[in-house]
Amino acid sequence: MTSSQQQQVQSMLRLDTKQSKRSTLLLEQPVTRQRRDKVSLSAFAFLFAEMIRYTQNRVLGIQDLETKLNELGQRVGVRVFELTMSREKTVRRETRVLQMLVYINSVVWRALFDKPADSLERSTENEDEYMITDNEPDILKYISVPKEMASFSPGAFISGIVESISVCCQCPARVTSHVVPAEGMPVRTVILLKFDKEVMERERRLEAGKSK
Amino acid sequence: MATFYFAIVGTNDSPLYEAEFGAQREENKYLQQFVVHAALDLVDDAQFMTNACYLKTVDRYNDWSVSAYVTPSNIRLMLLHEAKAEEAIKSFFTACHELYMKTLLNPFYQPNATIQSQAFDIKVHTLSKKYLL
Repeated sequence: MTSSQQQQVQSMLRLDTKQSKRSTLLLEQPVTRQRRDKVSLSAFAFLFAEMIRYTQNRVLGIQDLETKLNELGQRVGVRVFELTMSREKTVRRETRVLQMLVYINSVVWRALFDKPADSLERSTENEDEYMITDNEPDILKYISVPKEMASFSPGAFISGIVESISVCCQCPARVTSHVVPAEGMPVRTVILLKFDKEVMERERRLEAGKSK
Repeated sequence: MATFYFAIVGTNDSPLYEAEFGAQREENKYLQQFVVHAALDLVDDAQFMTNACYLKTVDRYNDWSVSAYVTPSNIRLMLLHEAKAEEAIKSFFTACHELYMKTLLNPFYQPNATIQSQAFDIKVHTLSKKYLL
């Protein structure tokens, strides 16, 4: 192992033994504001591949597999959202659809993948559908999908993260991920959010109230 | 003696954590829970009006007032109190929010589960002595 990798592993091990002592230490950690540490891609890819294999053994179809990965992503989403919000200069809440999407596009993506998402679009056919595009999702780099499962998108994990954030902002949505290859970007992933009817109604009411 | 009742209410409106500070009278415990639960409706209304987390005093009942603080993940911190400085309550809420966030980061803690950690309890009581009493 190179020396930088060794240092990374050592610092992670030190963190481990400290945390396993007592719950008081968890509550005293200055995690909220200070450190910004990164995890090596290979370590995460290993974990992610094992997660997919683990869920594959326990499901009976592609839809089920995507749902299970979605659930795993939801556990991450809540925590990422709270943490990034508290690290902002002023702690606020998001309750409007567009503000929440912009926040996910920029801050959350940067916190998770070190780059902002590539684009945010609103579908022209349906008013309540929005799409977040990531041209090269790093965490999916080492996942290859066999031809017989061509409709499976491992981005279901990312869609789970986005879904739990939308629930936190009180804009519940059905979030799915699709692979839409384009020029030179074979793994381009699109996260599609379809908001519930009540969300769109509330948005319309708030818009009308504001423009008065 | 000032009395306070603090509750952390989850997204499905059930309390995740409750605590009482200051002197209490036996018959008031259930009434306080009831008043705070009723105030949740007002919190729901108020939270769409503003982007801020701290929603000052949302409700009044006789001589008690209920103040609320909503976290980004829609967890409500409610405090039932008699007249008290807003600044002190705001700092108390912010500190409790940090504690809640650290609890949430524990991967073994399910969101919306009750918080049973003794360390959390001790810390909240310490905060209350610092800011409220």
